[in-house]
Amino acid sequence: MKRSNLVSRLELVSITKQYPGCLANDDISISLMPGEIHALLGENGAGKSTLVKTIYGVVSPDKGDIIWDGREVSIKSPSIARDLGIGMVFQHFSLFETLTVSQNIELCLSKTQLNAIGNLAERIVQLSKEYGLNVNPDRYVHSLSIGERQRVEIMRCLVQSVKLLILDEPTSVLTPQEVAGLFDVLRTLSKEGCSILFISHKLHEVTEICHKATILRGGRVVETCVPQEETPASIAKMMVGDLAEQDAGYAKKIGTKSLFNVNCLSLPAKQPFGTSLKDISFELKSGEILGVAGVAGNGQDELMAIISGEDERDVKNSLTLEDKAIGHLHAGDRRKLGMAYVPEERLGRGAVPDMSLTENTLLTHSDGFIKKGLVDWPSIQKYTETLIAKYKVKCHGEFSEAKSLSGGNLQKFIMGREIGQNPKVLICAHPTWGVDVGAALAIHQALLALRDQGAAILLISEDIDELFLLADRMAAVCDGHLSPVVKTESTNIDQIGQWMAGTFINSNNDFKGAKS
Amino acid sequence: MDSDLIVQILFAAIKTGTPLLFIALGELICEKSGVLNLGQEGMMLMGAVVGFLAAYGTGSAGLGVLAAMLMGCLMSLIFAALVLHLGANQVATGLALTIFGTGLSAFVGSGVVGQTIQGFQPIAIPLLSDIPFIGKILFTHDILVYSSFAITFALLYVVNKTRIGLTLKAVGENPHAANAIGIKVLRVRYLSVMFGGVMAGMAGAYMSLVYTPMWVENMTAGRGWIALALVVFASWRVGRIMLGAYLFGLASIMHLVLQGLGWSISPNLLAMLPYVATVIVMVIISADQFKEKLLAPRSLGKPFDPRQMA
Repeated sequence: MKRSNLVSRLELVSITKQYPGCLANDDISISLMPGEIHALLGENGAGKSTLVKTIYGVVSPDKGDIIWDGREVSIKSPSIARDLGIGMVFQHFSLFETLTVSQNIELCLSKTQLNAIGNLAERIVQLSKEYGLNVNPDRYVHSLSIGERQRVEIMRCLVQSVKLLILDEPTSVLTPQEVAGLFDVLRTLSKEGCSILFISHKLHEVTEICHKATILRGGRVVETCVPQEETPASIAKMMVGDLAEQDAGYAKKIGTKSLFNVNCLSLPAKQPFGTSLKDISFELKSGEILGVAGVAGNGQDELMAIISGEDERDVKNSLTLEDKAIGHLHAGDRRKLGMAYVPEERLGRGAVPDMSLTENTLLTHSDGFIKKGLVDWPSIQKYTETLIAKYKVKCHGEFSEAKSLSGGNLQKFIMGREIGQNPKVLICAHPTWGVDVGAALAIHQALLALRDQGAAILLISEDIDELFLLADRMAAVCDGHLSPVVKTESTNIDQIGQWMAGTFINSNNDFKGAKS
Repeated sequence: MDSDLIVQILFAAIKTGTPLLFIALGELICEKSGVLNLGQEGMMLMGAVVGFLAAYGTGSAGLGVLAAMLMGCLMSLIFAALVLHLGANQVATGLALTIFGTGLSAFVGSGVVGQTIQGFQPIAIPLLSDIPFIGKILFTHDILVYSSFAITFALLYVVNKTRIGLTLKAVGENPHAANAIGIKVLRVRYLSVMFGGVMAGMAGAYMSLVYTPMWVENMTAGRGWIALALVVFASWRVGRIMLGAYLFGLASIMHLVLQGLGWSISPNLLAMLPYVATVIVMVIISADQFKEKLLAPRSLGKPFDPRQMA
């Protein structure tokens, strides 16, 4: 390192953490210099989260030392971590929605810190200007967008004059423009000497911004590298190890006949923090994947709920399947007509956590497995076992409870279960969110195979790269509006990114924009 | 109606509303931290009987109140240990606590049923009580009513203006996030539940030492349940709890008032007024789901296990 004359900001020596049945961290050593942006990479379950939680004092390691600014420390709680100058931005934000921005920040500060700052609101405004964060201290958090919330989290760390900032998948919820903004902030911080530990699944981001990367696999450090000297593909290879094939470009298809239509769907929000749908129309054709991009919370959940029938309000003619109105039908009846869903929330919506995989299969697959009102357990068990084998779901067996599976494995299972019904229309939200590279590849191929059989697929995702990879046609949602639908080849990340930020709303729907 | 009668009605409304105020304030703090304690009625009954026994035995009403508060606290600790430590279901445990308290209080108090004691005497506050109209209504009560005023105003300040209030809200909304920023969630919840117990004990003491200075089996007559409704009615705001408690107090003495005015309505029908009012208020509030969700502590009733963080 060029700054080798300095003492490391943080050094982890042989950190080991054993959970029942799983060695999460196995003899991990890492060191970070002041001002270094260090990527922590690895598949799900590689031990990244455990490691950063150890640094932040949420998890205590079984073995190993933490050396901070050249001095051995024991970080027993997050408040000790914060006193040292360690700040963390969580993947699922730890903000309180019913409190204001400055109240949220105040909660993290000790009395002495508060006294040293004096007027907190003023300090927030000042820092906000300095780093271009645009955070208003008096707003209530529930009124903020996801990007703004993340900036509040970063502000929370800045106010404490942080020396090491840990970010857990910070870009997964941001528009491309917001990502660029975040990277500017990180670069400024780095220049001022703040070290940054950056967890991400998006490899091109790592090669763009990080000085160094540590790759974990199965709880061990398998490699360290300088990302600028690598390509996303070579890093992916280090993460997965025996990666045989990579997602390359897939052939785009043009859909044939129109299968599923949404016509002028407008719907007020049901939840206090929900989004109203505003005049949404699109057509889904047989044999195509329609990708819908958008930052979380812009109407995707509401759209999914009304299409699946989970939202029971009658929108009869706004939804048609093969020219038949289905907007008044019960969710179960829609399934019988050939609709299938993979919701974003795996536990609770996609699967019942406390039920076995077999029982979860039965929930959406009753046909053929119920004879004279009785469940034919042997055949459903057998069927579930074939699903597990076909989609390489890692579990103890068909009797495993859904909640015992890791996110990626459960997703593969749900995907297989839904595809197994040979649906005419599959609505699929964030299929690879939090899923590792290998599982994502399997899910992608399953989706493409289903498309090639003639199903129509609506793919809602926050991962733009994934959408460009899979979707034949694309659109974006913003604040409950749907952008124009275009062929994937005829658009680019820049345009979709602008649509995600809502630029299409005024240019296309002037009068509707004014109304809402 | 002449103004003397109105003064008397309002005076009585405050008196009747005071036990509701105590217990609802306790439940409010408890719920704000995300814990739903349905054991109010049981804690209150235990407070009432132990308070009465202590006062009966020592001859000091003050000691009675102290004993009642201690008993309420003890009862709430049973609840807290089961729910917070062992992760038991809050609703079931709360109901069990009520049943337990109802039975135990009847057993413990069986020897003193019908005995009377010297309760607290009203103290007219000099000067303030001379204010026409209001002075009579507000400032000629006993010491427990005055302390309920003081507690309400203290809570108004603590909940809305201090860091303790912020912490409480944070824990009730998102205990995992609170834990992540270093707030000791279980400790906050323990203290909140204990506060709820102490207040329930005071409410019980008010019943058996002031309101009707004697012990009768089941004398709280469902006030613990009304208090639960009252917290929802007040949409988890301290100020509205005070207002609501007096309104409910007023509703429950309406039958006496109307009888006094010579209306011939069955006293049984009138006695159920507060309960009807409770139902109506609950329906109105739940009809507006939008609002209910914004106001209620979001993690209310959900257990928090810090070990699940990892």
